[in-house]
Amino acid sequence: MSPEHWTRPSRATDDGVTAEPPAATAAKPTREQVIAGLRATSEGGADLVQLLTPEGERVSHPQFELDIDGEQLRGLYRDMVLVRRVDREGNALQRQGQLGIWVPLLGQEAAQIGAGRAMKPRDMAFPSYREHGVAWCRGLDPTELLGIFRGTDHGSWDPHELGFHLYTIVIGNQALNAAGYAMGQRFEGKVGDDDGEATMVFFGDGATSQGDLHEAMVWGSVYDAPLVLFCQNNQWAISEPVERQSRVPLHQRAGGYGFPGIRVDGNDVLASLAVSRWALDECRHGNGPVLIEAFTYRMDAHTSSDDPTRYRLADELEAWKLKDPIERLRVHLVREQLADQDFFDQVQAESDALAERFRQHCFDMPEPAPERMFSEVYAQPSPPLEAQRDEHLQYLAGFADQPAGGVR
Amino acid sequence: MAAPAVERSAGASDGAATQTVTLAKGLNMGLRAALDADPKVLVMGEDVGRLGGVFRVTDGLQKDFGQHRVLDTPLAESGIIGTAIGLAIRGFRPVCEIQFDGFIFPGFDQIVSQLAKLHYRSQGKVKVPVVVRVPFGGGIGAVEHHSESPESLFAHVAGLKVVACSNAVDAYWMLQQAIASDDPVLFFEPKRRYYEKAELDPAAEPPPLQSSRVVRPGSHATVVTYGPLVRTCLDAADAAAEEGTELEVVDLRTLSPLDLGPVFESVRRTGRLVLASEAPAESSITAEITARVQQECFYSLEAPVLRATGFDTPYPPSRLEKHYLPDLDRVLDAVDRSLAY
Repeated sequence: MSPEHWTRPSRATDDGVTAEPPAATAAKPTREQVIAGLRATSEGGADLVQLLTPEGERVSHPQFELDIDGEQLRGLYRDMVLVRRVDREGNALQRQGQLGIWVPLLGQEAAQIGAGRAMKPRDMAFPSYREHGVAWCRGLDPTELLGIFRGTDHGSWDPHELGFHLYTIVIGNQALNAAGYAMGQRFEGKVGDDDGEATMVFFGDGATSQGDLHEAMVWGSVYDAPLVLFCQNNQWAISEPVERQSRVPLHQRAGGYGFPGIRVDGNDVLASLAVSRWALDECRHGNGPVLIEAFTYRMDAHTSSDDPTRYRLADELEAWKLKDPIERLRVHLVREQLADQDFFDQVQAESDALAERFRQHCFDMPEPAPERMFSEVYAQPSPPLEAQRDEHLQYLAGFADQPAGGVR
Repeated sequence: MAAPAVERSAGASDGAATQTVTLAKGLNMGLRAALDADPKVLVMGEDVGRLGGVFRVTDGLQKDFGQHRVLDTPLAESGIIGTAIGLAIRGFRPVCEIQFDGFIFPGFDQIVSQLAKLHYRSQGKVKVPVVVRVPFGGGIGAVEHHSESPESLFAHVAGLKVVACSNAVDAYWMLQQAIASDDPVLFFEPKRRYYEKAELDPAAEPPPLQSSRVVRPGSHATVVTYGPLVRTCLDAADAAAEEGTELEVVDLRTLSPLDLGPVFESVRRTGRLVLASEAPAESSITAEITARVQQECFYSLEAPVLRATGFDTPYPPSRLEKHYLPDLDRVLDAVDRSLAY
């Protein structure tokens, strides 16, 4: 794609006449364009890249093709089913009081599995806090997510080992961290050919309003960083619709920074995979950054503490259920006779086993010891902090001969 | 990773004689030694490359190390800190320059939310050895936002090391030690002292980064300070000596974690403590030291702990800063009040 193609606003009018409007006008879409671009038409707008329709039919796209066999398709289906099952178990565990909070990904499985499976082991991912699907693709055992939501840790995995950074809860912070990491990949000469590396950062539509996202796009572009900015536009930032974040469709923002922005059907795992793969390849060859807007829908609440009935209509959810990411791939597999009942039964059984293991792990998690609070605050121990810890442990030791529960 | 940056630079300077350098030059030499010693060290910030920094602290570094080691960044502090964190996760050791104290706040979120916490959040799996250099303090007749002393805000944040140098020798060594540290370090530089000179022996053995030092011994009262006011307090001690009062002056050097051993030891001998800082007094480092000293030296104190500090106001217009900044007379006034108890 040539730079002219993605930085120049479209000048074609409805009747096909090419006009040359004043620059300021060209940069400002009409209200109708804005609404059409933002809100959920069934297709997500004319720019939407789709390879699998909600009805499970393969369609082609002039720029993004995907050569994929039955086994790979079944793999993507399995990924999505297992991740959704983990997500539902997480929600249930919260309702049962086992977790303090859960952050559901329901409805966003295709966006995340497509992106996650497009990444190579040497790539680096910087998640927000809803990326359970990406975590799965990076090889994180789902049980490792539990500590954050049960309150036993802030993320137990080794980001270097998995190529998957810790969850970032402050909205947008991770975009700059990812931009810096990608700059490092470039400074180390790990960019420029098929063996190149890339970094993918995940964030939501709400995060696009944060200054850190703006700065990440500036840094990424001026340093030609191999950075894929993967925005899951799930239409809602807790209670605020995406209209509250932007006047233009989010993917179009990339033009202002001088790199491509692509809107993909975020409920289409094949499109998400194809576009992510293309974007990562562009980056590893030195043509980054790329912005991807995965147009999707948060089918559940923002978190288990949220009540979406206060701000959105049930009809909206019903409309999006028809575009369910898992169902459309299931229909495709059946229609194309790429999977039989045995396969679906097997995935179901695997899903049940994973859920059981996930739940059991949660019940078995030990309480962290008080001294854990003081550990690893610094790389080089701090004598005043060690003194504070020792004093507190000594205080606690004073209860050792008291009945459980203390004396006061 | 820790020691080599310092040791190697010392080794490389074998035979080099002691030289007279300004504080800014000491920092420049420290950066140069660190860039030389470790290819992962980066210098980044606004105008640090071609211009050499607005105070010329990074003068000549981009020319010698290239623009991928010494980066003129876009003009946004959150971006500088946020990308430095990413670079550190990748294995680099970035040294960020914040142009002036009052401009650090766009980067405050990244410093507090990510830089300070990543080691803890990851239980040591992720190290973020980022140094954030901050020219701080007043006395240069500047406009708003160019004369502040925000160090207490950072000392309040667990996970950060906060240090302040007061002279060219410490500037040279402490900066290299900060860069070699696996912890993030907020490195405060007394900008009004940038051009004051000292004798630097690059072959000497520096004290540890996290240590406070007695810079003038005395027996009648203890004066504890850091950064730009170390010079002020030493001058005050000279003046007091002429009247027969011997002040012991402690340069804190490390503001978080604090190293208060030398302070306690001194106060137990003198029984009197005066703290001096340009920062506002309320909820500050001087407030913390006051609390700790009454806890540790209760029976030794002959007088209440007194402070000579900036006031609890925003930094005033520069025509008023002579009233805001503790000077020799205000330090001595506090000493006199302490001795009068």
